[in-house]
Amino acid sequence: MRAMPASLSTAALRSDNVSPVDPLGVQREFDHYVSVLRDRLGLQVVMLPADEELPDCVFVEDTAVVCGSTALITRPGAPSRRSETVAMKGALTELGLNIVEMNDESATMDGGDVLFTGKEFFVGLSKRTNQRGAEILANTFKDYAVSTIPVEEGLHLKSFCSMAGPNLIAIGSSDAAQKALKVIQQMSDCKYEKLTVPDDRAANCVYMNLPGKGDVLLHCTPEVFPESAKVFERLKSHMLIPVSNQEKMKVDGALTCLSVLLRI
Amino acid sequence: MTTEAGSETDVKKEPEKVPEVEQQQEQETVPPQTEEQSSKPAESEAPPTAAAAADQPQEENQIAEPQSEPEASASPDPSSPPAASAQKKEKGISRFLPPWLKRQKSQSQEKPAESPTPHTEPIEEKSVKEEDEEEKKSGDQPDGGAAERTEEVEVKEEAQSRPQEEEQEKEEEEKEKEEEKSVGSADTQPAREEREGEPEVKESEEKKEEKKEQEQVIQPEESAALLPHKLSKKMKMVVCHVTLLDGSQFSCEVEKRAKGQYLFFEVCEHLNLVEKDYFALSFKDNAEQRCWLDPTKEIKRQIRNSQWQFAFSVKFYPPDPSQLTEDLTRYLLCLQLRQDIASGRLPCSFVTHALLGSYALQAELGDQDPDEHRLDYISDFQFAPNQTKELEEKVMELHKSHRGMTPAQADAQFLENAKKLSMYGVDLHHAKDSEGVDIMLGVCANGLLIYKDRLRINRFAWPKILKISYKRSNFYIKIRPGEAEQFESTVGFKLPNHRAAKRVWKVCVEHHTFFRLTSPEQPTKSKFLTLGSKFRYSGRTQAQARQASTLIDRPTPYFQRTSSKRISRSLDGAPMVNISDYSRAVDSAAGGDNGPALELNSDSKSKLRVQGENIYVRHSNLMLEDLDKTQEDVLKHQASISELKRSFMEAAPEPRPSQWDKRLTGSPATTLRLQAPGAPQISSSLPEADRRDASKSTEVKPEVNGQPEVVEVVEETVVIEEVVKAKPKSPTPEPESAAQDRSLSSDSESEDEAEYHAHTPSISVQLIKEEPEEELNQQAPPSEPEPITETEPAVPAPSAQTEEDEAPNGHSPIPEAPPTETEEEEPHIVNGGVSRVETEVICCSEPPVVKTEMVTISDTFAAQKTEISTKEVPIVHTETKTITYEAAQLDGNGDGEPGVLMTAQTITSESLCTTTTTHITKTLKGGLSETRIEKRIVITGDSDIDHDQALAQAIKEAKEQHPDMSVTRVVVHKETELAEEDD
Repeated sequence: MRAMPASLSTAALRSDNVSPVDPLGVQREFDHYVSVLRDRLGLQVVMLPADEELPDCVFVEDTAVVCGSTALITRPGAPSRRSETVAMKGALTELGLNIVEMNDESATMDGGDVLFTGKEFFVGLSKRTNQRGAEILANTFKDYAVSTIPVEEGLHLKSFCSMAGPNLIAIGSSDAAQKALKVIQQMSDCKYEKLTVPDDRAANCVYMNLPGKGDVLLHCTPEVFPESAKVFERLKSHMLIPVSNQEKMKVDGALTCLSVLLRI
Repeated sequence: MTTEAGSETDVKKEPEKVPEVEQQQEQETVPPQTEEQSSKPAESEAPPTAAAAADQPQEENQIAEPQSEPEASASPDPSSPPAASAQKKEKGISRFLPPWLKRQKSQSQEKPAESPTPHTEPIEEKSVKEEDEEEKKSGDQPDGGAAERTEEVEVKEEAQSRPQEEEQEKEEEEKEKEEEKSVGSADTQPAREEREGEPEVKESEEKKEEKKEQEQVIQPEESAALLPHKLSKKMKMVVCHVTLLDGSQFSCEVEKRAKGQYLFFEVCEHLNLVEKDYFALSFKDNAEQRCWLDPTKEIKRQIRNSQWQFAFSVKFYPPDPSQLTEDLTRYLLCLQLRQDIASGRLPCSFVTHALLGSYALQAELGDQDPDEHRLDYISDFQFAPNQTKELEEKVMELHKSHRGMTPAQADAQFLENAKKLSMYGVDLHHAKDSEGVDIMLGVCANGLLIYKDRLRINRFAWPKILKISYKRSNFYIKIRPGEAEQFESTVGFKLPNHRAAKRVWKVCVEHHTFFRLTSPEQPTKSKFLTLGSKFRYSGRTQAQARQASTLIDRPTPYFQRTSSKRISRSLDGAPMVNISDYSRAVDSAAGGDNGPALELNSDSKSKLRVQGENIYVRHSNLMLEDLDKTQEDVLKHQASISELKRSFMEAAPEPRPSQWDKRLTGSPATTLRLQAPGAPQISSSLPEADRRDASKSTEVKPEVNGQPEVVEVVEETVVIEEVVKAKPKSPTPEPESAAQDRSLSSDSESEDEAEYHAHTPSISVQLIKEEPEEELNQQAPPSEPEPITETEPAVPAPSAQTEEDEAPNGHSPIPEAPPTETEEEEPHIVNGGVSRVETEVICCSEPPVVKTEMVTISDTFAAQKTEISTKEVPIVHTETKTITYEAAQLDGNGDGEPGVLMTAQTITSESLCTTTTTHITKTLKGGLSETRIEKRIVITGDSDIDHDQALAQAIKEAKEQHPDMSVTRVVVHKETELAEEDD
């Protein structure tokens, strides 16, 4: 993870300008998120220092794709975020991962467009991620099938979907989300189950399979997405942890964006 | 009887070949000619030796030609034709004729069919021969050249004969003459018998050969030449070199005409492999492309000019290797995968390379021995395309962790990891999408994958694929409609060439059958219609292979792991025991199971069809090939078949029919064809283009021409010719056409082509009764001179066809080279030689169709088809089948006489479940008016309706309405809604 810069609330890239971000609220959500991972789940959290020059640096997910012992350092689609990868690369190197860098000038990729199901990759082709980036990812993780999914709406592929279980895809209800799901299903040899939630942004959740705790899912809170939260609450076998993300959503930040999960 | 046939031919030759002619030939000094000459003397003198002597030189020229062999072998068969009835003779002739020729012949032969055309006009024949000789000289291509030449000759003869066709009576007279000649030539007969006798022993095995022999007999020139060769060839044995998975070479001697399965079983026996369904032999074609050796076809015909060098490899990668019964099988699979990995065909990550490498080491070397295994012990192995020291170190590190693991366990672990790789078992083919972008087609157990670079950009699971076809260098898949879509869409890909397209198609058919079906397609399911190529996967499916695996009851076979060419010490410790498994293998090979034997039959029959499937198949005849059926059977089917014959692709949504459409007068159908959004526009193929392709294919398939199948085709064409003639002089009687139709239908039925079962709830049959050029019998509006000739050879002709068809069944060579090609070439000749008859190549080209889905419901119509790009999950699927039966097109529609359109009218009538649209056009060509009637009959209904019966009735009615017209084409288009299986 990476500490949140104060500039987030004012300078972060965002797709809409409607509502102002409450700096205190954002920090409160962030702290809660960290405490869940570290205190409640007992995970080791590596916190990178914030960089005020990089207002979006808290969204570390976009800067690296880690699978197995290999980490692909991405080349974020937004030029202003390219520098975020430096700190991430250093941290992952220290953790002993094999580092692969996306050096191709024509390639772009945000980690938010990369959905890893455990069996294969789906890469959303979006404003932030292009074909070349996907190719490099495919070359990096040769064991896995890498399928491309057009992202017509939303910032990232994972803006409306994510893994909610070993074989379970949480998906939003919008046409774009459902369309993407169909593509995913068509492209895959695996039969994924789907968990459809009314709100696209609620479909972004953080799934972890932790030793001793089983399936853990960080998902949206009932306060923000009451209907979607009910859907998640039906996952009886999961350890469900509602995490508020209301403020960060204003800057297109989703739950998965805040962290890069890896098992060492 | 055989002697009679031989005598006839001899006689023919004799009369034809006046000394002068011979001299001319001699002067030419063309080898074939010499052969002919030699044959003549042999006949007269009856010296077998002479013939034998002649054989060698000829052999050189003809080696490539499969036909020659069969013909030689066939020599004994002549006995069968003994009746020497005109019909039989005709049949024999037709047999000789190459497929492409067949049509031409058919045209020319309409009447001649009764009596062999060559006989009828000795003088002309002579000239023809001369021409042929010249051709031979000019075009002496060792392979198949002779056969082709002969075909050409025949064609010319036919052409010549056509004008003479004037009356059947004449033909009859000619026949009589021939008989007389034969009698006179009695002396020669014995000689032939002797010759034949030699071949007979060899030949006795195959009926097909017999047919060929007959054909040969009929054709004096070539037959004489061919016979000697045949003898020598049969004797020949060839040494095959097979590269095994461990890199070692296995050599074995096979009879030159052995089928692929013989060699395959030899290899499996050598390997002591029982679970062999996942494996196959491959060879490199001239383009260095890997081709799978079809077990049901002769090796020689498949490899063509390539060396007898093969590779034993995995063809179907079992998705779950743990379900294999024997460790030996898993071991071989491991070897294959190691190759795949080392060559880069199976990409994997560094970690996976290391892990798989470590299992390979454990399996081959056992536990790591610090003393024995130095750091460099590993460098003899190749674990990855680019092996680094780092990788080797990692491999060794992991190797240590496998201590105590047996080789079998290590193999199992290897496979458990390898099977998860995304490219496991994916057979990649270079292609371009509809926009010309380079992509890769990956055929695998689950379906077809589309890659751009390394990215998967699309995937079509088998359940979503309704049809797989190819046309020329294009490969098409028809996709089920998505939920929101009503119509299926077709996606097309451009392959580098026709052969590549066919290769992908075949691989798809095989994979679909192997992995998706529980048993290979049943040949007979479709009642009347069968589409396209007859090629089908004839081996066991995975389900059957697994079933068989469970029945394996033998002690665990011992084998040595020596994959890396190192001396491996096998840890298994099993004693070397030669187990009686061999016998088993043999049994299984023999077809105890679903059997190769059974398969072979079907395959052989299907050969023609296969060709038909191929884009290039232009002769509708091919489609019709089923010979097995007797005339009676044919008759039974006639009604239905004839009816079906002229289904229209035009109306039908399917893209394939384009050729037909074009042929037919600019039917709207052509436009419809290109439904597939992504599909290249190739679908609408111009006849010309086809011809071009055909020419190419011809090169490839000289053999095909010579095959009996071709002959059959010829006969069919003969019938057609009659029809044509009928127009000007006497209309061909309907019965004939019906008979043809029948035969066709029977063919289709008998063959395996039938798509994966289909209940066809709704069948829309369009009967096109006449082709524009030709006049169709059934039409009532006989405003033109439709005279007479009831003598119709027609009846005999159909029967002949059926017989011929049978012959092809037996042979069923690989249809790699579409017969159509040959047609093209020959037509040229024909044109040159014959003034009047224009042989139009009839393309019945239907791309190979594989139905992948069961049909549950029927419905849609062609008209409805529109371009739909569907990628969503379909709820209701429509299955479409189109079968075209074409009699023959005489006057080239396009090529020949343009003709002047006199009148055109369209009539529509409806009944309970049938809608009939009749389109009548009259054209004036060269003083002859032709009436062409096209009927489109749409039968709509659910499964309650017996569509076949309805169709038959409709066809019957159509015939009754136009008794004086003949049915030249029946296109049956079936569309069925399918229930979704998977989605």
